[in-house]
Amino acid sequence: MAMADVAAVPGGVATDHGPHHETNTGMSNEKVAMWAFLGSECLLFGALISTYLLYRGKSISGPTPHQIYDIPYTSVSSFVLLMSSLTMVLALAAIQRGDSRRLRVWLLATALLGATFISGQVYEFTSFIREGLTIKTNLFGSSFFVLTGFHGVHVTLGIVMLLSLWNLSLRGKLPQEKAEVVEIAGLYWHFVDVVWIVIFTVVYLIPTK
Amino acid sequence: MTTHSQADAVPASTDNPVAEGHHPSESQYVAIAGILAVLTAIEVALSYLKVGGSQGITNGALLVLAAIKFTMVAMFFMHLRFDKPVVRRLFVGGLILAICVYLAYLSTLGVFVK
Repeated sequence: MAMADVAAVPGGVATDHGPHHETNTGMSNEKVAMWAFLGSECLLFGALISTYLLYRGKSISGPTPHQIYDIPYTSVSSFVLLMSSLTMVLALAAIQRGDSRRLRVWLLATALLGATFISGQVYEFTSFIREGLTIKTNLFGSSFFVLTGFHGVHVTLGIVMLLSLWNLSLRGKLPQEKAEVVEIAGLYWHFVDVVWIVIFTVVYLIPTK
Repeated sequence: MTTHSQADAVPASTDNPVAEGHHPSESQYVAIAGILAVLTAIEVALSYLKVGGSQGITNGALLVLAAIKFTMVAMFFMHLRFDKPVVRRLFVGGLILAICVYLAYLSTLGVFVK
């Protein structure tokens, strides 16, 4: 990054590794706020996962998890979301070296992978409902749809963020000096991915007794 | 958050043993994603097997693999390993608080009692 460009960042001064902000932490308040938000999101998803574990195996009527889960299908969805973290970090690397074209390619790839994951989740929900599992059917249905639904909403918001960044870049409003905007959106996206890592293991892979 | 002069700002690597800003290269990111994909494949394979004939050991192995994947994404893709210590405190603080609160909650409700 050119030193002159970095020095031009409002509230920031040039360092070898990007803008050094004049705050107590040496980081922008926006980035600290995103990390604090993600810390609080751990408590939100912790509550939803705990509720799922609390109601696990307590349903008095079916369908039960082992009757309707399609592990190979969900494994592919998980792989898609995991790879979207790779494309996201490649988008950040692209803007940090001033390559706007690749930034847009990787942002769009990340959004498409996220949309593929969401499409898969919509298909999964639809097939579960067809097999008789709704949010009202039993304790498993209630806790499963609330947990995975909340996660799906987070992924959808992430896709909106990514497409907004792609649009900004297309209009030339996302220069190299604003790389931190992509970094902050990336933090949110990676968080959504790590939450799914936990959900995939706890909800899908560890069987109910 | 109050602001002050650059001279007073927290130095780049006061208590951070890892040099800040030296993010992995693109090929290293691809390698990390490859490791994550392999770990996911191992997880899925494990879910169909029973390690040592015990479901408990298999579940333990699945949780360990998930923890490794979580840590790798947080450390390398979210740059927690390379960023300032304050972000580690914010995120890990929230994470540890969540784990402790919900383990206590689930224990109180007898989830871990056979």
